[in-house]
Amino acid sequence: MPNITRRAFAASTAAAAAVAGLGLKPASAQAYPARPVTVIVPWGAGGGTDATARIVAALLEKDLGQPFNVVNRTGGSGVVGHSAIATAAPDGYTIGMLTVEISMMHWQGLTELGPKSYTPLALMNEDPPGIQVSSTSPYKTVKELADAIKAAPAGKFKASGTGQGGIWHLALVGWLQAMGLAANHVAWVPSNGAAPAMQDLAAGGLDLTTCSVPEARAIIEAGKARSLAIMAPARNPVFPDVPTLKEAMGIDYSTGAWRGIAGPKGLPADVSTKLTASLKKVFDSKEFKEFMANRGFGTVWGDAAQFAAFMDKGDAAMGVAMKAAGLSKA
Amino acid sequence: MLNTLIQAFNLITTWEVIIAMLAASVYGLVIGSLPGLSATMATALLVPVTFYLSPIAAIATIVAASSMAIFSGDIPGALLRIPGTPASAAYADEAYAMTRKGEAELALGAGVWFSAVGGIAGTLSLMILAPPLAEIALSFSTFEYFWLALLGLMCATLVARSSPVKAIAGMFLGLLVSCIGIENPGGVPRFTFGVTDLLGGIEPIPALVGVFAVAQVMRAMLTPEPPPIPRRKFGSILAGQWTLTKKYQWQMTRGNIIGIIIGVLPGAGADMAAWVSYAMSKRFSKEPEKFGTGHVEGLVEAGASNNASVASGWVPSLLFGIPGDTIAAIAIGVLYMKGLNPGPTLFTEKASSMYAIYLLFIIANIMMIPLGIVMIRLASYVLRAPRSTVMPVIMLCCAVGSFAIGNNLFGVVTVAAFGVIGYVMEANGYPVAAMVLGIVMGTMVEQAFVTSLIKSDGSILPFFDRPISAILASMAIGAFIWPVAVWLWRRLKPRTAAAATTPR
Repeated sequence: MPNITRRAFAASTAAAAAVAGLGLKPASAQAYPARPVTVIVPWGAGGGTDATARIVAALLEKDLGQPFNVVNRTGGSGVVGHSAIATAAPDGYTIGMLTVEISMMHWQGLTELGPKSYTPLALMNEDPPGIQVSSTSPYKTVKELADAIKAAPAGKFKASGTGQGGIWHLALVGWLQAMGLAANHVAWVPSNGAAPAMQDLAAGGLDLTTCSVPEARAIIEAGKARSLAIMAPARNPVFPDVPTLKEAMGIDYSTGAWRGIAGPKGLPADVSTKLTASLKKVFDSKEFKEFMANRGFGTVWGDAAQFAAFMDKGDAAMGVAMKAAGLSKA
Repeated sequence: MLNTLIQAFNLITTWEVIIAMLAASVYGLVIGSLPGLSATMATALLVPVTFYLSPIAAIATIVAASSMAIFSGDIPGALLRIPGTPASAAYADEAYAMTRKGEAELALGAGVWFSAVGGIAGTLSLMILAPPLAEIALSFSTFEYFWLALLGLMCATLVARSSPVKAIAGMFLGLLVSCIGIENPGGVPRFTFGVTDLLGGIEPIPALVGVFAVAQVMRAMLTPEPPPIPRRKFGSILAGQWTLTKKYQWQMTRGNIIGIIIGVLPGAGADMAAWVSYAMSKRFSKEPEKFGTGHVEGLVEAGASNNASVASGWVPSLLFGIPGDTIAAIAIGVLYMKGLNPGPTLFTEKASSMYAIYLLFIIANIMMIPLGIVMIRLASYVLRAPRSTVMPVIMLCCAVGSFAIGNNLFGVVTVAAFGVIGYVMEANGYPVAAMVLGIVMGTMVEQAFVTSLIKSDGSILPFFDRPISAILASMAIGAFIWPVAVWLWRRLKPRTAAAATTPR
């Protein structure tokens, strides 16, 4: 019940703000965008999602000639910000950055929002997880590691990378299932993000981590850890020596944390076409490519239709993995 | 070596760097001194600005703003008993007591002087000891963190002026609050009552602002205006600091060392450094009875400690990309963005940039002294302003600051709720600082304990048989048993004596 009233309240305030902002001239009389656009980020300032959203907003501003203001709506493990995007007035003046959590939270029963609650505009980034071990680990290849995991009793091996039920936990579950093992064959040690997990790997507290390669990069470069494989269709240009799971084990399993731009459901077609076209220019720009390469973030393009199909596929896969891990309430 | 130093010097002596640094310093001082706007937030809000700056200028803004903000959190703590940042909460009561005694300039002077000293000591540790310190940090697993967090919690009873029982009760309330939300090892929502906003849990900052600032405003509304502090010229701020430095040099050194060690450990930042140092200072002081009545000793140690930890927090960030605290986490993002990727190669291939970062830290800490003095002088007018004008402005700051954290009205509601809780607690003699400590440390204690048990398949042996873990465990258990033993001994001795003299 409180959710409904809150959402209705948010929608009505957003609508009121929109009406107030319009003044006497209706927006339809002018070419979009006629006034500043708000870009909602469901995560805190200073993080990777925030940085990506800010560079995209800066480049959109340059292309479309109106300010694109990034607003961090944090709280509720991402639910608050994702709700704010979904419940905004569908006029194109409030858009936002979706993250992979939107295809996970509804399975856990945390929200009713899912990929279908939005008008997808463009997929901008995806980072696949790698499989990392400590540099003192006896396993030199992912095959050796996998054989040792299969031979060991359930729960002997410990892995980490994020909290319980987070994206990297599900990556591990998906990999175990692809090998024909139970979801809990490797025990998951929840952590507050990838950095503490990588530190614990180096401290000898864990056997493996399944966080993304950019998150593991500094420790790998420091010679404290090794990446054995990545769960992606192709190798990462920053780590050309790390094979994909398919190359190393013949397992065709890939997943990843992604970020994309979307608006509330029911965005007018002319607005969404214009935004997607502009986002394509942003994606192809030198500034964006350089920025993402510096942070070590992968760039993946998907237009509105491809992004929608991508989210649907990911959503179904997440459902399977979360049910297997016993995390789904649906 | 000398060549790289000269190159580094050339890198930072450009107009862009100098202007960026000055502007960021003033900005950091202002943000840090406003209740509810933390040093972390000051840094986070700078990130979009750094997009347009050269790499060194970008780092300069972060270094300057974060160092200044940690110091200037002391200012409202001393003048109004409202700590500007969680790192100042440990000794806000003490500094305020000094202000009531008419020693505001000494308290704030100690803040700026020993913050600068601590910052420089932290930088030196970063320059000389970075690789060995980073090795120590990397050998800490969750077993060690559990004991560390437990030691942090024990500080609650040590710093409290009220009865230890009430301090422990306050701390447990804080621990209960830290259970709220889904950010727990099980990933299960707890105490959320179906409210989306509670899923993320209660952040320490709004809770802190509530119990200190809002509760203070509520008290001010109900109590008559205190006798005004005699109007006089605000004395020299730096006078007497040299005497203090000589008198408390051991405390200062200990504060620096504790700050450096805690800063290097990922996840334990300036807040914990200040608490532990203040508690240490009280525990080992020759005159512990003076603590809480406006005694400068604890301020010296804790002030030196929290700024030392800000600099040493960069050690794991620069070497491994593991943030020492939230500020360092943001800094890592900026480093990556500017092509200064953290890692050991940064120390060899980009040595001049590294030395430039060291120099920036030292300059920022030296600049802190004149800029801090100006800021203190301006802020001292608050003491002369009538309370009826100051309090509404504080209320406004609290509301704006708590909204700004997540652009979410929930933050404002949290602040209001904790204001009421804080007021009721204080009125009944329960220390609110202990509750804040519980909220800050609760997540860390639980996370470390549960994940350790998962890793050891439920065995508690690794909590004791890892070498560093064993040392920390004996410290924690010793700190727990010591006061109990003293209490029992005191209690039993007069009783046996009494039993002997009074025949029944």
